[in-house]
Amino acid sequence: MAEVTLNNITKEFDGGVVAVKDLSLSITDGEFLVLLGPSGCGKTTTLRMIAGLDTQTRGDIFIGERRVNELRAGDRDIAFVFQFYALYPHLTVWDNISFPLRAQNLPQNEVAKRVNEVATRLRISHLLKKRPGRLPGGEQQRVALGRAMVRQPQVFLMDEPLTNLDASLRADMRTELKHLQQELATTMVYVTHDQIEAMSMSHRIAVLNLGVLQQVDTPLNIYRYPQTLFVATFIGSPPMNIIECSLQGDKLNGVNGHFDYTLTPESGFDTSESNSGYFGIRAEDIMLSAGDSEGDLRGEISIREPLGDETIYRVDIGAYQMTVKTSPKFVLSAGDRVSLTFNRKRIHLFDKITEQSLRTQEAVARV
Amino acid sequence: MQRASKITFWVSLLLVFFFFMFPLYWILISSFKTRADIVSTTPSYFPFVEFEPTLDNYLDVFVTRDQTSGDGSTVTASADVSQFRDRLINSIIITGASTALAVFVGTLTAYAVSRFTIPLEDDFMFFVLSTKMLPPIVVLIPVFVLFNNLGLRDSYHGLILLYTAFNLPFVVWIMKGFFDEIPREYEDAAMLDGYSRLQAIYKIVLPEAIPAMAATAVFSIIVSWNEFVLANFLNRDSAATVPPYLNSIIGVGAVEWGRLAAASVIYVLPVIIFTFLVRNHLLRGVTFGAVRR
Repeated sequence: MAEVTLNNITKEFDGGVVAVKDLSLSITDGEFLVLLGPSGCGKTTTLRMIAGLDTQTRGDIFIGERRVNELRAGDRDIAFVFQFYALYPHLTVWDNISFPLRAQNLPQNEVAKRVNEVATRLRISHLLKKRPGRLPGGEQQRVALGRAMVRQPQVFLMDEPLTNLDASLRADMRTELKHLQQELATTMVYVTHDQIEAMSMSHRIAVLNLGVLQQVDTPLNIYRYPQTLFVATFIGSPPMNIIECSLQGDKLNGVNGHFDYTLTPESGFDTSESNSGYFGIRAEDIMLSAGDSEGDLRGEISIREPLGDETIYRVDIGAYQMTVKTSPKFVLSAGDRVSLTFNRKRIHLFDKITEQSLRTQEAVARV
Repeated sequence: MQRASKITFWVSLLLVFFFFMFPLYWILISSFKTRADIVSTTPSYFPFVEFEPTLDNYLDVFVTRDQTSGDGSTVTASADVSQFRDRLINSIIITGASTALAVFVGTLTAYAVSRFTIPLEDDFMFFVLSTKMLPPIVVLIPVFVLFNNLGLRDSYHGLILLYTAFNLPFVVWIMKGFFDEIPREYEDAAMLDGYSRLQAIYKIVLPEAIPAMAATAVFSIIVSWNEFVLANFLNRDSAATVPPYLNSIIGVGAVEWGRLAAASVIYVLPVIIFTFLVRNHLLRGVTFGAVRR
């Protein structure tokens, strides 16, 4: 078990493509950290550099106290689970799991003991004599986990391990993986593009976009206090409503004059440096009421999506569309005029140019 | 309806089978016939029924023995009779060594091209292929002069080198296509598990590549085993191979059909046996690309 530290890591591929840009990140001992981002954001490249399968162009990587820049993948004492499992098709499950141990020349009885332990824990003891090719996806996944666990590494690295499973199995494996990580208390770096995996399993999430680290924080803080426009729109379903607006002191104006909003001092935004920005509010932080007499915005319902436990309304405001989440008891139909009232404590504001949150340091600290 | 189509299928299959197997069968029975039976104007197809089989032809191929001619005088066997055994051994050595070398070197080359970024990779692969484009006969004279000057004529290593060079392009291209289909994650996983790249190749990649290696080996063997033109000109003496010998049987006076048939049967056997041994791999090798991801 060890901490993992990345210092100013940059990865440039041949041909000048920069996959990861000046990334610094500390992962504490025993932490479950998720690298989250859309495809091509550099998350898998980052994982492969920690593993030693790719070499960074600049920067240092530490595992524990050791600087591992020049260390071979096999000497870094880490285990890697691949998206396609990469189980050796010509070897049995037993041979697959014991493969890393045989590289260490462990005595036969020690190998047998460890393989059996891992197989019991993952409930795959009955599969040990089979070949992995014919096993269903979920069992292949367990075998791949077994091969990673059996060497008792300092760090687990996982590259979208649940992507190839069907939905119900994925939910089960999420719970199981989280449980497993808690039990083993081994540092885990987990790459995914699925925000539900990230939110539900991790201690902290690191959001990446275009090779740049956007924010590292606990799942709830990432959701509640996104630091950049990208994080705000990437996390959450339905995505956050964003309104482009002009800023004058504490006055916001947008949607061709339909949107007129005054920031209260306690909301904690510093707008002195910006004159235009993006206003953001999540669908569940908007209160919907019938009629168009009051509220922060007025519009007309275009689509109603009942989901059972909640109902989602799309509301047209001129050319803009806002998404509002309400209780299923609240029934309106398309064409109804409504007014929208924002929860003042849950609004977000980003600078138009830097796309960084305008929340002041003090306001962030208060959270 | 289904029954009718089934019957048509099996009948057609049988026809095709006979069409391709008959020449082999004809050579096989001819090798057991006496000269009189062979040249007889009424053809005979079934041993023991239509003709009495004899092993004389096989003896003639392997053993030098004196023969009695028509007028009762003893004719000493010609010198070339015993050559067959030596030539067979030469053929086995040259074909075996050149196939092993071509598959070994070709597999490593293909792996390197498949896995690493190599400058001018496409041009390199085209160059490899382009060496296959010239018919051997065109380069015969330069090769002959070259071999003469280097003292490679009538040597094992001369023909081994030449046949290896012949087969390499084929091996490299087939094996590269195959390696491209094997996910890199296998090696990544093995290297993370504490093995070196060489160990990863040996323990993970090669076992996966055996079908393709078997397929390329069979093709290489057939090419080297049957090669006639260069063998005929370059190795005429101590390291001579079988194909020119078969030709020489036809060439000298009356054709000794019996001896020719016996030599042909013996010569075709090793290829059939090898192909039979690797048949399971072969099937997967020629349908490669079926590696599960």
